[in-house]
Amino acid sequence: MKKTPLNQVHRELGARMVDFGGWDMPVQYSGVIDEHLAVRQAAGLFDVSHMGEVEVTGPNALAFIQQLTINDVSKLVDGQIQYSALCYPEGGNVDDVTLYRFNDSRFLFCVNASNTDKDFAWMQKVLADSAMTDVTLNNRSAEFAQIALQGPKAEEILAGLTDVSLADLVYYHFCEGDVAGVNMIISRTGYTGEDGFELYLPASAAVEIWRQLMKAGATYGLLPIGLGARDTLRLEKGYALYGHELSREISPLEAGLAWITKLDNDDFVGKAALVAQKADGVPRRRVGLVMQERGIPREGYPVFVGDREVGIVTSGTMSPTLKVGVALALVEPDVAKADTELEVAIRNRRMRAVVTRPPFVK
Amino acid sequence: MEFPEEFKYTEEHEWVMVEKELATIGITDFAQDALGDVVFVELPEVGTVLEVGKPFGVVESVKAVSDIYAPIAGTVEEINEDLVEAPEIINTSPYEDGWMIKIRMTDASAADALMSSEDYQALIAEES
Repeated sequence: MKKTPLNQVHRELGARMVDFGGWDMPVQYSGVIDEHLAVRQAAGLFDVSHMGEVEVTGPNALAFIQQLTINDVSKLVDGQIQYSALCYPEGGNVDDVTLYRFNDSRFLFCVNASNTDKDFAWMQKVLADSAMTDVTLNNRSAEFAQIALQGPKAEEILAGLTDVSLADLVYYHFCEGDVAGVNMIISRTGYTGEDGFELYLPASAAVEIWRQLMKAGATYGLLPIGLGARDTLRLEKGYALYGHELSREISPLEAGLAWITKLDNDDFVGKAALVAQKADGVPRRRVGLVMQERGIPREGYPVFVGDREVGIVTSGTMSPTLKVGVALALVEPDVAKADTELEVAIRNRRMRAVVTRPPFVK
Repeated sequence: MEFPEEFKYTEEHEWVMVEKELATIGITDFAQDALGDVVFVELPEVGTVLEVGKPFGVVESVKAVSDIYAPIAGTVEEINEDLVEAPEIINTSPYEDGWMIKIRMTDASAADALMSSEDYQALIAEES
């Protein structure tokens, strides 16, 4: 199994480790609910070093990325980040990504861990097919560790370790600066819906920086957070997770990512299929569900209106904040409107749920 | 972790406490720890007839769904209603407040065949 540079630190902290797409990762330390609430109320520290980083450089970098991704890269300025996605020509999803612009000839993709090799191969193929020159792709995943510091206390904690003016670093922007004497990318992003940062640092400095952050955060209630709470935190905000809400079989239009799918852009991979899908009507839509009865919706549970099966749950959990079951589901478009009453089949029972536009937790 | 001497145990990580024809059933400290935060419990109705080895209820943590299997045959006499509102009691008190059901055993000697505390501890030592 692959290990991040922080593997030993997790074991020392008593984390329960799991195989997450081939990575030996902490699923929980003190407990999922405890960790979840710490991030909502104070702050949490996540090892996300398994995420992949692919750098794109060269005079044609921008033009290449415009062809590769579904969002409009020309809107990005230096130091800004964009949420985007890569699609197959058929319109299905290769991955969802964040894209960092250093300048018009240097960009960095952050990609989902288990998709890194697939994405890199896909980028190489799109580049080769484009016959574009002066673009270099570099898979730098092994060089980077990534630590996310998330929660309402994140800025105060990080401010104690850096001279960078964090107040000037606004959401979905980044800068390069020193944290505890180590130069890194400081990114105001995250996957929790809270304020916070994602730090891209040399793998060799990961243990030292993790320890410095834990120490700096001790008085603020900072806890280490595992993948269990990472999932419940993102679900309460309705964020898509590749392999659940997004896949080769699910287009970004179905997945609720029309807002990043810029069909007016010049030709990009998947555009024709997505334009056609929009014209024909999207066959399924991603919705949020809030349970009206005591029951926890889980991935794979079918969704009904009366006797008609209208869709399937793609992710579900008990919301630690709301203490009710919440889910993301793919359903037929006529039952996708907010306030529509549906039923989720939980084991041998049907339980009532209402279509609710995420975030479930504001 | 504690495994009371006076209880019997199963490979499915349930405990059984026998008092004459009645058996109280719950899940072990090892089981609650492995599950993590318990957030939902589904129990049978009073009067349900349980067959050995068949699922009679469900315990869900934030991440996982686990069936609970009947360790012995019998009829459900009482269920722990407190678990519906406060399933986390299973984490905080697996052997006392976190009991799940009481059954009237079809054969009161059936529990003799279950594992002792010592045997159960040997089993989980192998598993973990």
